[in-house]
Amino acid sequence: MTAPVIEAVDIVKFLGAGAGQVQALRGVSLALRGGELTLLMGPSGSGKTTLLSILGCMLTPTRGTVRVDGQSTEGAGPEQLAKLRREHVGFIFQSYHLFPTLTAADNVRLALDVRGDNSARAKARAQEALAMVGLAHKINAYPLELSGGEQQRVAVARAIVGKPAAILADEPTAALDSENGIAIMKLLAGVAKDPAHGVLVVAHDPRILRFADRVVHIEDGRITGEQRGDAQLKKGEPDCAVPDHVHKEPRVENHERVEK
Amino acid sequence: MSLIYRLASRNLWHDRLRFIATIVGIVFSIVLVTVQLGLYLGFGRTVTTMVDHASADLWIMPAGTKCFEDPSLMDERKRFQALSINGVAQAIPVVIGFADWSIPAGGTTPVFIIGSDLRAGGLLPWNLVEGSLEALAIPGAIAVDRTYFGRLGIAGIGATAEIRGQKVEVRAVTRGIRSFTTTPYVFTTIDRARGYTGVSPNKVTYVLVRVAAGADVDSVRRRLAANLSDVNVLTPTQFRDRSRSFWLFGTGAGFALFAGALLGLIVGTVIVAQTLYSSTKDHINEFATLRAMGSSRGYIHKVIICQALINAVIGFCLAAGLGLIVVAATANTALPIVMTPLLSVVLFALTVIMCVISAIAAIVQVTRIDPATVFTR
Repeated sequence: MTAPVIEAVDIVKFLGAGAGQVQALRGVSLALRGGELTLLMGPSGSGKTTLLSILGCMLTPTRGTVRVDGQSTEGAGPEQLAKLRREHVGFIFQSYHLFPTLTAADNVRLALDVRGDNSARAKARAQEALAMVGLAHKINAYPLELSGGEQQRVAVARAIVGKPAAILADEPTAALDSENGIAIMKLLAGVAKDPAHGVLVVAHDPRILRFADRVVHIEDGRITGEQRGDAQLKKGEPDCAVPDHVHKEPRVENHERVEK
Repeated sequence: MSLIYRLASRNLWHDRLRFIATIVGIVFSIVLVTVQLGLYLGFGRTVTTMVDHASADLWIMPAGTKCFEDPSLMDERKRFQALSINGVAQAIPVVIGFADWSIPAGGTTPVFIIGSDLRAGGLLPWNLVEGSLEALAIPGAIAVDRTYFGRLGIAGIGATAEIRGQKVEVRAVTRGIRSFTTTPYVFTTIDRARGYTGVSPNKVTYVLVRVAAGADVDSVRRRLAANLSDVNVLTPTQFRDRSRSFWLFGTGAGFALFAGALLGLIVGTVIVAQTLYSSTKDHINEFATLRAMGSSRGYIHKVIICQALINAVIGFCLAAGLGLIVVAATANTALPIVMTPLLSVVLFALTVIMCVISAIAAIVQVTRIDPATVFTR
């Protein structure tokens, strides 16, 4: 088994202050490994996005430890966290967050530019990444000239161009129709075949379960279950049935938590 | 092309109306500053024009003289005392003063008389376009600038009029010798200048000193100051500084010009700051995305400062064009607006500084971005 590219141990996170304070995460542990597409599922308000933000070094936990590529984030300031993000993490967002004034190629190249790579090679890499997601013919198109599916593919290219260890996707198919959603998940599953990349996808959509190597369920700020995904099952490995995260008893490995 | 520059320029161009408003604000501000500082330079040059054109190494003047136009008088014996000082080659008397010019068609207008020794030189008219200096030796001969023909009620060379009841005839005409007070200069001999201004024959306003070949000007100045009482002995540079200081700061004119320039800078800064801030606010999602992607704060600050610099360069170029038109339009007025290479550099630096300072509010706003907000937007 490969070493975790991102590992969260016993994460507690309070959000807000005073009377409005809520506990978003209650002792969550999760490891994201290279060569694996992990699906994080749970109802609204379950803590998925908070966990994603903490794993992506955008939020710091109130308690607990996060290690990115073996480096602990404890005590890291905003700039150190930003450095970890740009060196080890690629993000894909539900609403794409492309830059409307830049072409597809420049949107992708931006991920390299923030790393300080503004060489001619960076331009070529951006074009290669767009070719990988099937948009070689749209490199000079602006986001508004692309369909939603194409925009999300540009976002995937932007996330992978820097070859980050972890790719974190927040509901990447939520704004897409079924066909485009499946196309995006195929891309991400393809990326996750490389042991150098671990992919974590936050999602509600059960149609994408078949792309997951592992499904982690979260509810009320706790991991409530974890099981192998369809992708693993298709590889012939035994597991429990197709997940139904609320009703089925999940298989618990070394990341505990069935507290319900 | 740098991606930072591309992102910055396209952010600006994305909202053309705001971009144009920003540029108009910068142009307005910099043209205002150009006019004020150009006037300052022009004023500074105009008030010293006589000192600049006098042929003297040192000026001897009554103690406390504030500027060239100060009509204080001193005894002409100072001139002879000066001549006795080691190192003094020539001491040329000059008399200045206001007088009334009787316009041939009726009425009077004030003129400023400048009388000097024709043979020795000293302070004689320059830029002659008609007549000659020698012609000023003819009784009643004077030189005036053609700019003032209308004001003096004359048509040109050969015209006659009266000063203090004495007939004068225009025997030389100059071009571009204008007074910032708008009072016409009238050049003549020292004796007639005394007659026109009512100055006693033994009085002078200035003594212009030329030092002997090889003599050290500063040493001669110190000897003159030590041996002549109740006078100031100044180099042309010192006299220029004193005149400028009096007219620009003694009268408050300089402060008013600087205050106008400062106001222009403040207005420009506020306009650019406001538009950069609102532009940043409109693009806050993009900046949050950059931050989420791991960009450093410095990277985002560079984008904003690049926006400010693009504003500065475009605004300055347009303002410089307009400024040159204003400079050309005032070139032949009593108080021209002057543009020098150094002033252009200063104005560009001021524009850049103004725009970069304007970026501070936007930078502060961006610095506070929480990258996690990208998940909720």
